[in-house]
Amino acid sequence: MTTATQAKARMLTMAQAISEATAQEMARDPRVFVMGEDVGKYGGIFSATTGLLDKFGPDRVMDTPISETGFMGAALGAAAEGLRPISELMFVDFFGVCFDQIYNHIAKNHYMSGGACKYPLVITTGIGGGYNDAAQHSQCLYSIFAHVPGLKVVVPSNAYDAKGLMTTAIRDDNPVVFLYHKGIMGLSWMSYFEGSTNEVPEEPYAIPFGEARVVREGSDVTIVTLSQMVQKSLVAAETLAAEGISAEIVDLRTLVPLDRATVLKSVAKTGRLLVADEDYLSYGLSGEIAALVAEHLDSIRLKAPVRRLAVPDVPIPFSRPLEQFAIPQVDNIVASVRGLMTAKVY
Amino acid sequence: MDATAEQLLWMYEKMIEIREYEETMARVYLEGKLPPKIQKGLAFDIGAGPVPGEMHLAAGQEPVAVGVCAHLRADDTVVGAHRPHHFAIAKGVDLDAMTAEMFGKDTGLGRGKGGHMHLFDPVVKFSCSGIVGAGAPQACGAALAAKKLGRDSVAVAFFGEGAANQGAFHEALNLAALWKLPVVFVVEDNKYGISVEKSASTAIASNAERAAGYGMPGVLIERNDALAVFKVAGTAVARARRGEGPTLIEVKTDRYFGHFQGDPETYRPKGEAKELRQHDPIPVLGALVRDMGLLDANSDAGLRQRIATRVQAAYDFGRNSPYPRPEDALLHVFAE
Repeated sequence: MTTATQAKARMLTMAQAISEATAQEMARDPRVFVMGEDVGKYGGIFSATTGLLDKFGPDRVMDTPISETGFMGAALGAAAEGLRPISELMFVDFFGVCFDQIYNHIAKNHYMSGGACKYPLVITTGIGGGYNDAAQHSQCLYSIFAHVPGLKVVVPSNAYDAKGLMTTAIRDDNPVVFLYHKGIMGLSWMSYFEGSTNEVPEEPYAIPFGEARVVREGSDVTIVTLSQMVQKSLVAAETLAAEGISAEIVDLRTLVPLDRATVLKSVAKTGRLLVADEDYLSYGLSGEIAALVAEHLDSIRLKAPVRRLAVPDVPIPFSRPLEQFAIPQVDNIVASVRGLMTAKVY
Repeated sequence: MDATAEQLLWMYEKMIEIREYEETMARVYLEGKLPPKIQKGLAFDIGAGPVPGEMHLAAGQEPVAVGVCAHLRADDTVVGAHRPHHFAIAKGVDLDAMTAEMFGKDTGLGRGKGGHMHLFDPVVKFSCSGIVGAGAPQACGAALAAKKLGRDSVAVAFFGEGAANQGAFHEALNLAALWKLPVVFVVEDNKYGISVEKSASTAIASNAERAAGYGMPGVLIERNDALAVFKVAGTAVARARRGEGPTLIEVKTDRYFGHFQGDPETYRPKGEAKELRQHDPIPVLGALVRDMGLLDANSDAGLRQRIATRVQAAYDFGRNSPYPRPEDALLHVFAE
């Protein structure tokens, strides 16, 4: 039994898991196709479409010109006709050159049509820093997409989740923004958190949106987090455990829909909350989670004030010491939790 | 390509219908806005009356819509812009539901969520957008879908001359030519981007010349004439349907009303709109169909009466339909 299970165990990187989900859905549904910059022969700059061109050919895996407004608009137009495009925005930072198509049209047309028109499409995009790519190629920005009504927002932290969530994204009749952190894709040219490469079943499976996962149970403090920061939090939790601090880690997995119940349940249990986020601090995810808890203080007793760890409202700097300072690191998570353990509510 | 008798009559009838629709809207739109109830000194209250919000009317621009749509089928896609009524009517959008949408009613195309700039009718594949230039890439997507699905349907993107300076326009032209998409881009040059004259916004006199930069045919139509548009559009649509790729057409047309209703129109010479109406394309086509013996004075009058009745019925439907429940604002963010 053990031997059989081990023989079946198959480790995939997150990039491989996303490609596999896409390939399986393309095989299942001829309406699914991929378009974007360098998604064909190159296989995606972050390998999210590796192998697809060979399997499905250039009609279904289409390299586009560097023309994001053009092909995001085309994705919408094709989705309106019943196709199911997957449109890759190479770096999320590039949303600035095509956001009109995304937030004014892709997000709103279903609503403005009173439900008459559907736009089943997935926008995949690379996020995150940590590899010295500076301010125009290192942001997370998921909060901006989550802020605009009409977009589902998926932010996986590991290969297993990425495959199941990608499958759900492609099958969803709504526009979905699927944001993968470059530092957990398992690329051969960028160091990554190994915890993100994990066992992935070969057969297709779907993970429902709006279900956060408690990736580590604990009793002293809840760390609500997502994406690469989940992997950092897991490392931090080991250090904390050695000090006798038991951290529970909640991986949100999707921001829209947001699994508020799991967050509240965990915070009710531990009485302490740290939000660990790689997006900017102000007006974003960490504030949203803090507000959620604040709105439920009639049913939750906090032992310490809520703490937020995020990029301190500066563009992501280039130089290594500057970047490492700006983006929250494992040590910052450890220090924040230690601080929470001694803090008191008024 | 010459128009058949049936096509000539269809264009004539649709032009009358569009004009009747827009002239009626110009009256209905003012209801409740003058005099404004809120503050003294206010000339106009845009948010009041049975049809609130901005209103962009297309009277005078009928030839563009009918000349192109005469070649389209229900399964061809049209993406319009913020001044969309003439395209919608020529494409066959449900007149009752479209009108109800402008009244913000539950029976509207978008159940009151879109309004006049955001009309969606999937039955005849019509949509439009309030963002200048945004529709051009979307038409490319519809055309791409047609190609992928092995259909011979085409897509048409209509927009104003102001949109031809948007990045979206140029990206769409490149994409369409690169992928040889069955799409026709139609620029309506009504001289003004709100208040800015074309000469102050556009580096060249004719946008049709820009087609050369993308390796596609570009045609300038100098007259606001349905037959002239019909001929050029016929060639372009047929070319697209044959799988030979896109065409860019620019039509010099006339805007009889302001950019939006309530526009003081201080930017254009006094009396210009009145002068433009001296060259009304509807009587021109009317004279032609009568000369050809397709219509006599009696049947012309009968036609106009029937159209007026049909348009009035749409306005009655819109006016008398129920509003959505306020809390329905929460519905339709996502498809189930």
